[in-house]
Amino acid sequence: MAATRKSSAGRWRSVALGSDPVRRAIYILGMLPAVSTFYFAVMDQLGADPQKTLERTLGLWALRFLIACLAITPLRRLGGPNLVRYRRSIGLLAFYYAALHLTVYTVLDQGLDLAAIWADILKRPYITVGMLAFLVLVPLAVTSNAAMIKRLGGTAWQRLHRLIYLAAGAAAVHFIMLVKSWPAEPLIYAALVAGLLLFRLLFKLQRRTRPNRRARPEAARA
Amino acid sequence: MLIRRPSDIQPSEITPRDQYLQRRQFMAGASALGLCTAIATMCGRTAQAAPLQAGKSPLSTTEEPLTPLKDITSYNNYYEFGTEKGDPVRNAHTLTIKPWKIKIDGLVAKPTDYDLDDLIKPTELEERVYRMRCVEGWSMVIPWVGVPLARLLQRLEPQASAKYVAFETLVRPAEMPGQRGLFQPLPWPYVEGLRLDEAMHPLTTLAVGLYGETLPNQNGAPVRLVVPWKYGFKGIKSIVRISLTDKQPPTTWNIANSGEYGFYSNVNPAVDHPRWSQATERRIGEGGLFAKRRPTLLFNGYAEQVASLYNGMDLKANY
Repeated sequence: MAATRKSSAGRWRSVALGSDPVRRAIYILGMLPAVSTFYFAVMDQLGADPQKTLERTLGLWALRFLIACLAITPLRRLGGPNLVRYRRSIGLLAFYYAALHLTVYTVLDQGLDLAAIWADILKRPYITVGMLAFLVLVPLAVTSNAAMIKRLGGTAWQRLHRLIYLAAGAAAVHFIMLVKSWPAEPLIYAALVAGLLLFRLLFKLQRRTRPNRRARPEAARA
Repeated sequence: MLIRRPSDIQPSEITPRDQYLQRRQFMAGASALGLCTAIATMCGRTAQAAPLQAGKSPLSTTEEPLTPLKDITSYNNYYEFGTEKGDPVRNAHTLTIKPWKIKIDGLVAKPTDYDLDDLIKPTELEERVYRMRCVEGWSMVIPWVGVPLARLLQRLEPQASAKYVAFETLVRPAEMPGQRGLFQPLPWPYVEGLRLDEAMHPLTTLAVGLYGETLPNQNGAPVRLVVPWKYGFKGIKSIVRISLTDKQPPTTWNIANSGEYGFYSNVNPAVDHPRWSQATERRIGEGGLFAKRRPTLLFNGYAEQVASLYNGMDLKANY
């Protein structure tokens, strides 16, 4: 097999993009919105307030990828395809977008005025909540590799990664809190996040109250 | 009424006369070539856009560079046409602004429905360059064309008991997509109000144009309010009713969220919006992607002229 004798370039590629061509495609396609919006920003094609448009676009894509991550399990449970092997790529894309979004806020918007940024984090709930969402994503991104799963053990790793519920919820609230009045867009995203989390809750409750296939082996054991 | 001279123009800010004249020549040449019209059309102006004759008002309080027309006409908050900044320029062009009636009622000598053309005469128009500070933390410099509101109010002969002026925007769901459908971001009609002394202040303007032409629909055609020391949302657009009252009138953003938007809404860097700081602002059209924030000024830099309106008033409590 080719994989046994990889050139160093090939090895690098498999580390950065994964060896699975679908995963590779997800990363490449997933970064396209970032590349295009940066390109339009540099070419001064983002309208009257390019900073804000850039910042918003990156944040929005972070939220979209978080929602895509959360949709994978319900999709499988509802009889759809099992996309779980692509979840890591999508989750990492969410993290990359959140990091870019934060970078635009700190560097371009606030001009690296650390005092102003710190004051914002403490005083402005929408910034506090946004920072919380990002900080929660950091350990998830750091542990998104096979070595860390092995080191933490499957159960602990899975428990840690449930923090994505918190990150997605915080990101959706962050979006609602930074707009005036109640425009549709942030409400729709929040409804999607709420729906996907509610699905998990209902699934768990249903399992607990109704004996199902999973309960049977335990009964047999007893 | 005492008219204070603006003193916020630093000598260093004033463009040298020869440069200024060169600009005039350029503008004259450009309009002769029909360039202005062409640019205006590209920027989404309606076919109705017509040139206006207006002398420059001495109350033009700034020599800061004007915000480009393209930005003024494509980056708007006008929720009747949608909540995104680009919605008004996309959706407002179909609004019918002729004929335009304004109902004048309440505590005036003769409550009447006026035709706009009878209320504001083309001969009395002046150009007033004002800073505009949005409550969201961005600002522009806009060459409005209009008349002082005081002149119109005096003509209407307010009764002695009148203490406030209330304004109302058009409700026309057929032409205003933001007023249709499930998500209605605000209650309609959009309403605004001023204390009578604020309304009578010489800086307060009823604008019918900008950049020397009639207002584009997305900027509030055919007539809107401009109060340069207050946040932009006080500048109610497409006005169909002006009432004089003895009670403080309701205002839309205050109805929507009274904890965040007060009746006064004076620009004040020391009084933050509950969710974000008002200490700085980004000047639209200045520096693009790498634009630096600039400090926001008390009363948007018009403190000299308007601070006396609020003597002894707690500006934090009366936000």
